[in-house]
Amino acid sequence: MIAESLAGKRIAITGSTGFVGTALVERMLRSVPDCELVLLVRDGKRTPAAKRTQKEILKNNAFDRLRETFGAPGSRETFTEMTDRRITTIAGDVSRDGLDLDDTDRATFASCDTIIHSAAAVSFDSPLNSAVEINLLGPVRIAELCNEIGITPHIVAVSTCYVAGNRRGRAPEELVSEGPWDIGLDWRSEVASARRLKGDTEAISRTRENLERFRKDARTELGAAGAPALAAKTEQLRERWVRAELVDAGRSRAASLGWPDAYAYTKALGEQALTEVKGAVPVSIVRPSIIESAWAEPNPGWIRGFRMAEPVIISFAGGLLKEFPGVPEGTVDVIPVDIVVAAIIGVAGAGPDKAPRISQVASGGVNPLRYRAMVDWTTKFFTDNPLYDKDGQPIIVPEWKFPGRGRVQKQLTRAQKVLTTAEKALQTLPLRGKQADFAAELESKRQDIERALEYVELYGLYTECEAIYQIDNLLGLWDTLDADDQRDFNFDPRVVDWDHYVNNIHLPSIVQHARVKSTPGKSKATDRMGRMRKQVLDPKRHVAAFDLENTLIASNVVESYSWLATRRLDTPERLRYVFRTLLQAPGLLKIDRQDRTDFLRHFYRRYENAPVAQVEADAREMMTQLIMAKSFPDGLRRVREHRAAGHRTILITGALSFNVEGLRPLFDEIFAAEMTVKPNGTYTGEMPVVPPTGEARAQLLADYCDREGLDINECVAYADSSSDLPLFEAVGFPVAVNPETRLATIARKRGWLVENWSKASGSSQSILPIGKSMSERERKAFVS
Amino acid sequence: MDSDPLPTLLKPGMKLTICFDDASLSLPKMRRPDTRQRIIEAVLELAAAAGVDDVHLIAALGLHRRMHDYELKHVLGDRIFDAFHPRGTLYQHDAEDYDNLTVIGETEEGEVLEINKRVAESDLVVYANVNQVAMDGGWKSITTGVASYRCLSFHHNPKTLQNTRSLMDRHHSALHQSLWRMGEVLRESGPQIFTVETTLNTNTFPKPFDFLAKREWEWNAKDRATYLATQKSLSAMPLKARRKIMHSIESPYEMTSVQAGFTPTVHEETLKHVYAQHLVEVEGQTDILTMGIPYICPYNPEGVMNPILVMCMGLGYLFNMYRGKPLVREGGVIIMTHPTYRDFNPVHHPSYIDFFEEVLTDTTDPAVMSEKWEKKYAEDEWYRHLYRTGNAYHGVHPFYAWYWGAHGQQHAGKVIIVGGDAPTVRRLGFTPASTMNDAFEIASDVVGRAPTVTHLHVPSVLVADVK
Repeated sequence: MIAESLAGKRIAITGSTGFVGTALVERMLRSVPDCELVLLVRDGKRTPAAKRTQKEILKNNAFDRLRETFGAPGSRETFTEMTDRRITTIAGDVSRDGLDLDDTDRATFASCDTIIHSAAAVSFDSPLNSAVEINLLGPVRIAELCNEIGITPHIVAVSTCYVAGNRRGRAPEELVSEGPWDIGLDWRSEVASARRLKGDTEAISRTRENLERFRKDARTELGAAGAPALAAKTEQLRERWVRAELVDAGRSRAASLGWPDAYAYTKALGEQALTEVKGAVPVSIVRPSIIESAWAEPNPGWIRGFRMAEPVIISFAGGLLKEFPGVPEGTVDVIPVDIVVAAIIGVAGAGPDKAPRISQVASGGVNPLRYRAMVDWTTKFFTDNPLYDKDGQPIIVPEWKFPGRGRVQKQLTRAQKVLTTAEKALQTLPLRGKQADFAAELESKRQDIERALEYVELYGLYTECEAIYQIDNLLGLWDTLDADDQRDFNFDPRVVDWDHYVNNIHLPSIVQHARVKSTPGKSKATDRMGRMRKQVLDPKRHVAAFDLENTLIASNVVESYSWLATRRLDTPERLRYVFRTLLQAPGLLKIDRQDRTDFLRHFYRRYENAPVAQVEADAREMMTQLIMAKSFPDGLRRVREHRAAGHRTILITGALSFNVEGLRPLFDEIFAAEMTVKPNGTYTGEMPVVPPTGEARAQLLADYCDREGLDINECVAYADSSSDLPLFEAVGFPVAVNPETRLATIARKRGWLVENWSKASGSSQSILPIGKSMSERERKAFVS
Repeated sequence: MDSDPLPTLLKPGMKLTICFDDASLSLPKMRRPDTRQRIIEAVLELAAAAGVDDVHLIAALGLHRRMHDYELKHVLGDRIFDAFHPRGTLYQHDAEDYDNLTVIGETEEGEVLEINKRVAESDLVVYANVNQVAMDGGWKSITTGVASYRCLSFHHNPKTLQNTRSLMDRHHSALHQSLWRMGEVLRESGPQIFTVETTLNTNTFPKPFDFLAKREWEWNAKDRATYLATQKSLSAMPLKARRKIMHSIESPYEMTSVQAGFTPTVHEETLKHVYAQHLVEVEGQTDILTMGIPYICPYNPEGVMNPILVMCMGLGYLFNMYRGKPLVREGGVIIMTHPTYRDFNPVHHPSYIDFFEEVLTDTTDPAVMSEKWEKKYAEDEWYRHLYRTGNAYHGVHPFYAWYWGAHGQQHAGKVIIVGGDAPTVRRLGFTPASTMNDAFEIASDVVGRAPTVTHLHVPSVLVADVK
């Protein structure tokens, strides 16, 4: 009797925030009513371990069934009372020596009778070092801690069938290192080399060439976003690169030793190491195959997280994955999570003496799910219940041809190349608004393809695997159970009816989980924009900050300068001016791309010796002829809507203050570039303070909010360029207006509100930003 | 007329103010020299001879947009502009500058007359009119042209305009009755006013566009050829270029009469001349009235004809071209032809854009919008700023343009725009149709299968005297 044998026992569980762990905790609470649980949970960045237990484990819908029972009238205690009584959370980390436990938690740990170790880096693309630290050394640390304290609890270690590696045929329930194909690996030297590799890669990432490359890439991605933003991005790119290198290293090391990936490889070594260091501690290993949604407990289809087969299936249904490699007659060794959980409890219940040393929980040997059947069912399911694209049109699933892995990879690589080239080409074009959005869409398409490529590389091996996992030990244990245990802890893989499981349980469950569009009709994206628009105009907001150029008007500092400069020129002089400016344009553009402030400084030198009175008079006229004519009426209306909602409105622009004077009634505050004046009443062409561009804008706004006692998290910022990223990141509500390609991409990724505003189509604006011709007399009005 | 001659009214040391109609007249703008230039030059000559030094020239804008300098120059001529503008004695009326506005008095209906302070304090005011249609002139010139926003809101409202039957028939116009009441107040308590009114002939279009003013069945081979050539070349051009060409047309108008003196007397005489030229006898009302909306109306010199102005022109001006009874019977159908693009001039019509997006999406009923929205637009700081310092119509102006059509909107059973941008037309509360045949088909729901149809031909300007 399993429940009886575990009654009064204290059971420690690692990895309880994971898929198997959550199901295990639930099942223990429900089916083994008299045991106590000690959960080893890592402290989160912001949430302490105990809080994580509440939030990440007990809030899960797996516990709905228990909550109902305990919430029912007449129950002795509430769900919370029950969990408080039976669950103790200790803060610890299996990737640190001694599990990082404090003295109290160590004592709690020491009092446990059974330790179920299910913590693992399950991702198939973990970096080598973290896979080694968690999967290989995790169990070692637990055993070592037990030895150190001097206790001998029963350790039930969850591993994987795939430790057997890329082999065909029977895979028995024995240690790989004791099997016929052992190549005599020393796990300690594998650990040492993985750690060294991490250090080496870190060092390589810091070489001059690499750092320069990261910086260049950061600039390409963000543009002139200012030093702090670029630095952060550069460091992020470096860290990503290190990680990618280590992922690659893990994959190659695993492949070189005959394992499909770093996960299986580190798990295999972990088993070997655990056996070696356990000493007097009794150890039982449970090896599930691919764990998928529940067959029956706590309810059919229960699943947590986006797991192995799901992304592949959803990509297929979404039309992204046209083909996936695999052997049609091969088996996909899937096992529902509740069967795995029952097997683990069965092994724990049997105790160290009776439990088999290794039990595999797999379906391939006794009740195989054929790859072809799985594909046929999936195709039929999504033909009957298609997913819908963003236009509300059903997506037709492709016909699966069971191609080799090489061919699929080649197709995807080709598509990736085409998209990358197109994307690069588009990035160099000065696109804005809707077109830029198209470029951003292209990028997300490319990322989709890259993801698909990764699936094929990673998971392809599993669909091509032709190993048959033996489950003799498991079935042996099954036969010792009485009828009650067999009912309460069903771990017999033969009970699964695959047709029913795939069509009625698993696929509906993952469609629901993936939050994909499964109903026809227009996408909700426009609703979302509408909702966000309401949010930014909510009276609760404090400040609305606006950029000027391309956010409120389709003009820039060069145009206003040109307008002012040509206003008093005669026709031949005008032509000369236009040609001269056109010649200088490429140089100016280059400076502008690199640093906005440098550009403004450089450009504003041109105002040197311009008479203040004349410029101010002309600027008034420019307000009508250039600024209003090129304004975005929707933008101006938005400024006014913010005002009406009681927000402060702020203009932050690199334009010169006299050029934006006409807009003053719209704003409570204008931050613009200021220019000093010489004693003779002409401009110096120099700015005494840094003009508000890039990160200076974020700082300005933050200072303003501080001064005025406002909350920057309640600010809305409107701007058009990736150089405004620091501003966007500083505020609570960023709005990208007519974004250029880079910003469009970023806005899309981060789910920001995007507005596409345009000039009034009836404006009578000439092509060149040149002042209207004046008579001789007016031209000279200021000269005399 | 009913006044001493102007030379005897001019005394040395007096304050003389000359007001003149703004760019909304004439349509299209007339070739230089403009009538106003000719009047004002003559007045200035007399003033100089009489030794009058203190002379101000004020453009009587009302709530219209400020004129650009080159427009002032076009209307007044270079000589006057250069003499007065730099000295600051040629300027434009500002209906929001309450420091420079003053209350003259109140009518028995409680309407307050508030006008430009300089005008009020002048010893003599000369008003130079261009009376293109019967609506213009008389007391209307001063009581609207140099009045305050407050003062204008007494009669520029849905109720008054729904009872203005019609704008071209001052004796049956609630609007004009209100203005005449204010005129009485002005006569009793205001400055002395010397009105100069002028009428124009119908020589609207210069060559090669002169065929437009002819009846189609009287076109000769050359007219037909010009029509085809113009039509083809215009349609091959980009929209902006087309608009530019049309707006650059200057009319070779000639003056047909000039009368001066006491305002009401002068105006009655002017009306006689206008009616003599415009009145066309029409027998009975019709089921369907068709009209082509021109490219220009009083509120878009130089700008694009935006959707609100299409409504204003069709249901406000053209519908009102009647005396006695409207051309179309009550509940009949009005069919207009116009592309009705969703285009606005952002410099001249900023509040129109917001009116279109904000107000018309909410209601097209003049009474409702007047209640719910008008105040917000009228008192808006930004619009006020643009009206006073830029070249924008007053914030409330789109409402007035809309009210202008209030009577027509109430009277017609259905309004169809042929060839208009469908969503825009619907926003106006009208029905879009792609061809004239479709429009008649749609109209048949209202007027049956055998309706009578009358077409109002524009140009020229005419007033239907419906029996």
